[in-house]
Amino acid sequence: MKPLEERIATQVNNLPRSGIRDFFELVLGRDDVISLGVGEPDFSAPWHIREAAIYSLEKGHTSYTSNLGLLSLREEISEYVDQQFGVNYDPKTEILITVGVSEALDLACRALLNPGDEVIYHEPCYVSYSPSIAMAYGVAVPVETKVEDEFVLKAEDVAAKITDRTRLLLLNFPTNPTGAVEPLDELKKIAQLAIEHDLIVISDEIYSELLYGEDSGMKIGHHTSIASLPGMKERTILLHGFSKAFAMTGFRLGYSCAPQVLTEAMMKIHQYSMLCAPIMSQNAALEALKNGAAEVEKMRKAYARRRNLMLKRLREMGVPCFAPGGAFYLFPDIRKFGLSSKEFALRLLEEESVAVVPGDAFGAAGQGCVRACYATGYDQLEIALDRIEAFVGRLQS
Amino acid sequence: MNALLELLQKDARLSTSQMAERLGRTEADVTDMLDSLVKDGAILGFHAVIDQEKIGDHHVSALIEVKLTPERDGGFDHMARRIAKFGQVTSCYLMSGGYDLAVIVEGEDLREVARFVSEKLSTLDGVISTATHFQLKVYKQSGFEASDLHEDERLPVTP
Repeated sequence: MKPLEERIATQVNNLPRSGIRDFFELVLGRDDVISLGVGEPDFSAPWHIREAAIYSLEKGHTSYTSNLGLLSLREEISEYVDQQFGVNYDPKTEILITVGVSEALDLACRALLNPGDEVIYHEPCYVSYSPSIAMAYGVAVPVETKVEDEFVLKAEDVAAKITDRTRLLLLNFPTNPTGAVEPLDELKKIAQLAIEHDLIVISDEIYSELLYGEDSGMKIGHHTSIASLPGMKERTILLHGFSKAFAMTGFRLGYSCAPQVLTEAMMKIHQYSMLCAPIMSQNAALEALKNGAAEVEKMRKAYARRRNLMLKRLREMGVPCFAPGGAFYLFPDIRKFGLSSKEFALRLLEEESVAVVPGDAFGAAGQGCVRACYATGYDQLEIALDRIEAFVGRLQS
Repeated sequence: MNALLELLQKDARLSTSQMAERLGRTEADVTDMLDSLVKDGAILGFHAVIDQEKIGDHHVSALIEVKLTPERDGGFDHMARRIAKFGQVTSCYLMSGGYDLAVIVEGEDLREVARFVSEKLSTLDGVISTATHFQLKVYKQSGFEASDLHEDERLPVTP
């Protein structure tokens, strides 16, 4: 028999091991770690949402739903997206409920890419982008964003990467891991590029509710979806979900809003691989959209307070850090300490039991930074910051 | 609600400098706001919320429904204030519905509460009737769930 290692498909073999996974195993073996390495809220889903899921089970709602998802939920999403982003989608034909945004992204790549087609995306970015492209036999073409530019994606850098094989442009604002928000003028230029070169845009807007403009005197306080710009709705797949703003990561529920033809193509894959998203999660999501706004705002305010604390303390202790407009991450610049991102994160873990994620886990462009998530209790954050202060104090002396 | 009050309701032990940091204000601002809230009587006091079961305290608590004859001048206010002044009364509310006052009374044991009701409360002029309900178990008080130690179940590092 051939060794099992040789049975693994080439494109799976070629996927790099996740840098996050490596670090995860190191952290797991230790006690007393304060982890700023997470990518999810510390809040549980609000009770009324959990209760809706329980009620759904209690009532015996345990069947499949339509492949697209419950129509009542799609209708509610249509209304929410209209209010939130100012773009109107037909709930019957243009909205697909998925198992998290991750599935939606996978579907979009598989539905739109032929082998060798290029996808331009910006790094540092969420860890699944490049693998999702590769698994769809596409070619991942990263555009580097820089700490000096506060991780703004420059249209000219995108333009430089466009070839006659470019099919898709994958965007994520606010960005995981940097928290960056794209300025409107730059977003407009990028939209213009997409139109000129006839590209489809996949826009992952999972953090769009978590913005901190008005809490910190910044100009950015309002989220603009690229789908809402003139001429863009017809070429954009807008991805969103419930994990971050509603603290529902474990429910695994996302959705895509896109023109009917694209939705139909994505649904084709979805119906054969997933069939439908879990019905109790869909029922919980319905409750989230109907009655969740106040809780979202409460959580956002808590994040804003934590963000301001962490930003202030990091800067006071001499760690340069740009003020990100969204998500729940800071992406401090640690180059002045003369350590690589990995060395910094490892030593911080070993010496002070604080976990942050090395920036290069999110692509080469993240080298020189670390991701620190502030979705952790204020008291814990204060302790973590004291420990970081002790650590960088030693590095600086 | 005012952001300072929101903070205090969750944790009144915060120092003024901690509150200032969380609210993005100066410490002097916070001290001023606090002083005026206390002076205006908006903040009645600061206390710990205790799970009596945890500390093995066996004192008892009862909710007493009280029906009153309203007075021509002032309705229920005069009587309600009079009842609220008793040391055993920890809370006192005017209610809509089948009775007038909800009075929460605490005592060392059942007998002490019973004595308070029969000797003090029901003998007052104007009290028409009382119904005493003893509290058996606490699940939530003042916004805090009893024995609900929320453990962080998140994986330590996730994308």
